[in-house]
Amino acid sequence: MSSKAFQFKTLDIVQIALFAAIMAALGLIPKIDITANLPITAQSMGVMLAGIIIGKRNGFFAIFVFTLLALAGLPLLAGGRGGLGLLGTGTAGFIIGYPIATFATGLIFEMMKKLSLPVATFLGSVLGGIVVLYAIGVPGLALNTSLSLADATVAMLPFIPGDLIKAVLTTLIVMSIARGLPEQFAHRR
Amino acid sequence: MISLYLEQPTWLHAVRASHKLLALALITLVMMPFADLLLWALALFATLSLYATLGRPAWAQLKSYRPMLWMFTILFFLQWWLASWQLGLLVVLRMSTLILLANAVTITSTLDDITEVFLWLMRPLRKLGIATENLAFAMSLCIRFIPILIAILNALLDAWRLRGGGKHYWRVIAPMVIQSLVFSQHVADAINARGGLPKQ
Repeated sequence: MSSKAFQFKTLDIVQIALFAAIMAALGLIPKIDITANLPITAQSMGVMLAGIIIGKRNGFFAIFVFTLLALAGLPLLAGGRGGLGLLGTGTAGFIIGYPIATFATGLIFEMMKKLSLPVATFLGSVLGGIVVLYAIGVPGLALNTSLSLADATVAMLPFIPGDLIKAVLTTLIVMSIARGLPEQFAHRR
Repeated sequence: MISLYLEQPTWLHAVRASHKLLALALITLVMMPFADLLLWALALFATLSLYATLGRPAWAQLKSYRPMLWMFTILFFLQWWLASWQLGLLVVLRMSTLILLANAVTITSTLDDITEVFLWLMRPLRKLGIATENLAFAMSLCIRFIPILIAILNALLDAWRLRGGGKHYWRVIAPMVIQSLVFSQHVADAINARGGLPKQ
């Protein structure tokens, strides 16, 4: 890994801080009722959005900064949770997985340059924001709760439909950002 | 910005954050492999005694963990059903002990002290060429941005409700991100005009 990949310009650092703050603000959006019995929280959409909008590297560091601030004691996670105690909960693996899933989302999105923006966004969100996130989150759940990997996986299945909806919403949001701020995705044509 | 920090000083406030974090890491590492119910019951008792020495505000803060009781109940019965009640009890005792112990560090250390330890832990990353001082700057910038972002979000949510937007709140996210991206260019220009990123 060349060290040049880690040189930040001022705008990089500002966008890293800003997306960390966006992730925090998303935790405050009221629960979204898509169908009557499936309320979803907006926060994990921050993972997908950051990877796609500011790219894999900046997205990773943005969500990394968010995670550090939450662990350090700011009540930034949906429901006002924060602090080192998060590492003892069943969601610890998901919280640690957030930055990595952001990187994966951005990486997959960038690899799919030939596909249209909505298709690449949706695939990046599903593979990075769901598959990679669960690949880290489920073992974390199993470890902290002494459930077997299979049982932990089954316990997480009810959340998959909500997460797929989030990937769809992320796609719609990215499309309206591309309409409102075309220069943000100018390099993809 | 509200944090979980307890303003009223206790004896645990006087212990350095790095020492508290080291103690927490050691206790967690040493205790984790043990599966003895009595040992973990004692550990939980010791943790609660620790809170007792911290005074009323610390006890009061424990109330914020009430929602967790539900999760513990579910987990207990789930483990009972899948394995045995002993395992259910063990998991609940272990989780509550470790979470409360970590929480004790969080409520008695300032955000600055903990982030300083985190940055110290990240120092090896410099060998990879990651400018950790820039990440530290991003962290303080983020703390400054959060209230601004919340203000932008609330303005958008108000406008959304005023126009009878309904429950599809996610529609405010796109304008929030667009406003933030435009804003980020202004902030970067302002920082550059003042000499750019902090250097070490």
